[in-house]
Amino acid sequence: MSEAILIANHLVKTYTQRSGKFGFGTTLIKALDDVSVSLRAGSTLAVVGESGSGKSTLARCLLQLQPLDSGEVLFSGQDLSKLNGLALRAMRKDLQMVFQDPFASLNPRMRVGEIVGEGLLIHGLGNAHEQQQKVIAMLKRVGLSESDMQKYPHEFSGGQRQRIGIARALVLQPKVVVCDEPVSALDVSIQAQILLLLKELQQEMALSYVFISHDLRVVRHIADDIVVMHQGKVVEQGLVEDIYTQPNHEYTRNLLAAIPGKKMAQAA
Amino acid sequence: MTQNPSPLLELQNISIVPKKAADRLLVNNVSFSIEAGKTTCVVGESGSGKSLTALSVMGLLSKQLQLISGKVLFNHAGQVQDLTTLDAESLRKIRGHKIGMIFQEPMTSLNPVLTVGYQIGESLTTHLGLKGERLKTKIASLLEMVGIPPSRANSYPDELSGGQRQRVMIAMSIACEPLLLIADEPTTALDVTVQAQILKLLDELKTRMNMGMLFITHDFGVVADIADNVVVMFRGEIVESGTKTQVLNNPQHPYTQALLACVPDAEGKKPLKPIDYAWLPENQTPAGVIA
Repeated sequence: MSEAILIANHLVKTYTQRSGKFGFGTTLIKALDDVSVSLRAGSTLAVVGESGSGKSTLARCLLQLQPLDSGEVLFSGQDLSKLNGLALRAMRKDLQMVFQDPFASLNPRMRVGEIVGEGLLIHGLGNAHEQQQKVIAMLKRVGLSESDMQKYPHEFSGGQRQRIGIARALVLQPKVVVCDEPVSALDVSIQAQILLLLKELQQEMALSYVFISHDLRVVRHIADDIVVMHQGKVVEQGLVEDIYTQPNHEYTRNLLAAIPGKKMAQAA
Repeated sequence: MTQNPSPLLELQNISIVPKKAADRLLVNNVSFSIEAGKTTCVVGESGSGKSLTALSVMGLLSKQLQLISGKVLFNHAGQVQDLTTLDAESLRKIRGHKIGMIFQEPMTSLNPVLTVGYQIGESLTTHLGLKGERLKTKIASLLEMVGIPPSRANSYPDELSGGQRQRVMIAMSIACEPLLLIADEPTTALDVTVQAQILKLLDELKTRMNMGMLFITHDFGVVADIADNVVVMFRGEIVESGTKTQVLNNPQHPYTQALLACVPDAEGKKPLKPIDYAWLPENQTPAGVIA
């Protein structure tokens, strides 16, 4: 078994919510309640759960897009939660994210070439010519063409936009990519293409994925390990095969039972 | 497909074009029918015209679009009416009363400044003239039917979760006990566990009230759970239709086969497969699809 590339220990994150009459009271919501996960190098760790289970908060806290209340995130020997802004920014080159909504996550006023090349610019990787060559190569790799660099996001379909989002994340040659529901906004017919692309790129670039999803059919195909979250807690984790064949926790069994199309699968 | 001489709803040769480009057929010659107490699922990718078909039934097409041919025959109270020929006034009497509709986005289809009880009661007052205590009791019983505590009638939509809002939408649409329920991707925005509950609820209501249901979805898993008959649409045309077992277990058209093949299975036995357009003539392969 390969070694862990990203380890999160005892993460805690609470939100305060206004409540009561006119919102004078406050309630604490534990979005992450003592969550520990580890991502093996070159593998895919899926995080599943319903909305409100804390899976997206986990994704954001892993990348330090949101501050943690307590806990540590270890990446290449350093605790990300203790790094200052500058050091963290340098580290982000290796930690990228693909977002859920391909319609909201691309700046509508930037050309595709600028969107994909922005990371290279920020991290000062190569001169302008080299940067452009990298962007072109990456766009081609995800199935777009050189002429697409001059276009704006609205000229693309949902699936193509998700390819742009992937190109933006991968052009920096990161080590860890967090994908927050990357296919849930796409048609079934497009989903498979994007999933296959992610799988191919993982092999080529030796990437490790944290894959957030609520669709257990998709997770079954892409993940190696799986973490099931419920109300901010990890209720079960292990290898995909084990969890799907022998779910131990009641909540996992409920999730598996809710997959649509069970009747048909049994009949066939 | 039908033995019954006049089914609940029959669409005959529906064609829809944008007014500005009359040669672009968004929906091309679509015909199918729905029987009382049965669910017909319309399946297709985005842009296949499945939502437009549903909107045309209710006469809710946007002003930029035009129905250029076709009949929507609706059978109620012993007579068959062509909904496309009715004026706005008579259509309004059918909408929400005889035909209910559930939209995809439970977050945006409720009015945020009105309580959910008021919104459920609106159609009851308009169509059935219910008022006062009787209205309150009816609203409470509807909420109970969809599994929300009746005390939530005074809540505003933002105080409810996504699943609860969709239940409120369902309560609104079945308030007047419609003969036909049109559901446009009612569970797409919801979690799997909530989706399973909503599908079960719709199926129960359908049986209890003997409603016909037109169910639009792109998820074959959902189709397998809820459909009696299936209509597969591709680029505005019906490519295949039949009973659920026919279409899902023995698909005839290559598009249906390709679409079924790219649904990931929960067992993980089947390899992932991108959609295969090999059966299309070469000059018609969609742009942006990379095989």
